[in-house]
Amino acid sequence: MGKIIELKKVNKWFDKFQVLKNIDLEVAPQEKIVICGPSGSGKSTLIRCINRLEEHQEGNIVVDGTELSESTKNIEKVRAEVGMVFQQFNLFPHLSILDNCTLAPIWVKKLPKKEAEELAMKNLTRVQIDDQALKFPGQLSGGQQQRAAIARALCMEPKIMLFDEPTSALDPEMIKEVLDVMVDLAKGGMTMIVVTHEMGFAKEVADYMIFMDEGKIVERAKTNEFFENPKSERTKLFLSQIL
Amino acid sequence: MNIISKPSKENIKSYLPLGIVFISVSFLDVFVNAFFNYNSLVFFPSQISYFLPLLFGFIGLYLIRIEFSGIRFLDIVNKNINSNNFNAFLTLLTIFIIIKSIPPLLNWFVLDANFIGNSKDDCTGDGACWIFIKVWFNRFMYGLYPDAEQWRINTAFLILFTIVGFSFFVSAKLKKYFILFLIFIYPFLGIELISGGSFGLKYVETAAWGGLSLTFIISAFAILFCFPIGVFLALGRRSSLPAIRYISIGFIELWRGVPLITVLFMSAVMFPMFLPDGTFIDKLIRVLIAITLFEAAYMAEVVRGGLQALPKGQYEAARSLGMGYWKMNLLIILPQALKLVIPGIANTLLALVKDTPLIFVVGLMELAGMIGLAKTNPKWLGMAMEGYVFAGLVFWIICYAMSRYSQNLEKKLSTER
Repeated sequence: MGKIIELKKVNKWFDKFQVLKNIDLEVAPQEKIVICGPSGSGKSTLIRCINRLEEHQEGNIVVDGTELSESTKNIEKVRAEVGMVFQQFNLFPHLSILDNCTLAPIWVKKLPKKEAEELAMKNLTRVQIDDQALKFPGQLSGGQQQRAAIARALCMEPKIMLFDEPTSALDPEMIKEVLDVMVDLAKGGMTMIVVTHEMGFAKEVADYMIFMDEGKIVERAKTNEFFENPKSERTKLFLSQIL
Repeated sequence: MNIISKPSKENIKSYLPLGIVFISVSFLDVFVNAFFNYNSLVFFPSQISYFLPLLFGFIGLYLIRIEFSGIRFLDIVNKNINSNNFNAFLTLLTIFIIIKSIPPLLNWFVLDANFIGNSKDDCTGDGACWIFIKVWFNRFMYGLYPDAEQWRINTAFLILFTIVGFSFFVSAKLKKYFILFLIFIYPFLGIELISGGSFGLKYVETAAWGGLSLTFIISAFAILFCFPIGVFLALGRRSSLPAIRYISIGFIELWRGVPLITVLFMSAVMFPMFLPDGTFIDKLIRVLIAITLFEAAYMAEVVRGGLQALPKGQYEAARSLGMGYWKMNLLIILPQALKLVIPGIANTLLALVKDTPLIFVVGLMELAGMIGLAKTNPKWLGMAMEGYVFAGLVFWIICYAMSRYSQNLEKKLSTER
């Protein structure tokens, strides 16, 4: 099967501090990958490199056949194909939820307004906040905001979705509603890379687990194997603390 | 039992009336003193009689300072203006100063002022000579613009106000066209109408323009141009391209570091020396460019404040949706940043309007300049006070209107309800 994301020997530094060390990663279409690891291990940086919110300094990153380099054209092409959901939602507070969802389709993909709105309503219905479409982000709860952010990303009809700790800023009660949406998305066949500490979610949807520490991929294994029979001591220690 | 116990609910029946009497006496004294020039406490030595109302009022306020009195009005008064001795004192002082200052102001502005007549000799009263304003009113509005052609200025402003007025009532879609017309077409139309020289209109050179209409023209054009330039400079200063960044920083720091009066002088006197022989740029245009660039530098820093206040996540979210630099800034960043700095923008634009009188250094006379000219007229010497009070009032009305508009805008654009 062809690969939709390929990272080869990716290295990245923040000044002198190396955050990513020789990362190799391949993702096939429709695969779901969950990345976990202690904070500061480089997992967020890794997925932010995939849509070049962070630049890598060495190695190659190829997303759906497009190599990420200095070329602005390539970067924008990749970004339009890769949806991203942030820890802090990052909805646009000056726009209604509907406008949040239609803005990029209209201006980046040049969709007619009417089509963009239909698409937005479809996705808002999918995340079950279609009744909030005309409200502003500030009027929604955290869980609703995060679901709106997922809908916004889906409106670009991405091939890949990146989730950067999507539930870490939420109240415990609201985590479930967001995870439910993500599970639904996974079952729909979306290629997903998720950075999260929600191991229940990981067990349910992930094809592969990746454990990172100090900028390196320590372990990459099928989900069952990862939880039942982790190979490295570091992974065992981490799992014993978090489970 | 103490004879003087602390005012409380038990002695409210005696303390409250007593306090009200004290307060009434003190207010009555100040009032009579201020308005009828009669000193009701004349039997005291003059110095004491001056402070006596303060003392009486103070005692009165102390007596009525009853906590949880059960009387709603009294509780509100005590909480807001009479919470302790110091506040009581400040309250009295403020009220007395206001009462005392009403009669002289009223006298000067209205009662002793002169309204009827046509020359300085008709000003016989002690108050203001508003005849001065009346006689010179035309000049204060239009400068030296020929009387016969003034309808053109009136028409230009009438069109402007009509369009602006209408734009408040029409639908959002039509409003867009109104605004585009106002920004891109009207300014040139208006200037064509006022300056003339074509369509059978007599040419009126800019040196004849003046008065309040010139204040408006300069302010409007400077605001129109300084705003976009300021936004570009702000973006430039935060650009990742070093050349653009350093040019922006250099420009901003240069213009911010120089007094406006110097800039205006240079634009009028030194700038023409650098032009090739035979080229001529109108003085008004040079001044306009100078003011525009000067205020743009300030605007840039105000806007930059807004840009910096936005969380990094907004930039990342916009980029992650595939937006390029311009789409990100125009659709996501600037709408939010500008909304944040509306008070700062209003501040800068108010300063701009109030800076326009400085154009007198190059010989252009807007409202304050015309007043300066009129007060030195031999027939009207000694009218500086009336003139500048009038100028102050007009500028205040303009600036207050702008300030209110900015507050409305802030409220309207607020989405954090």
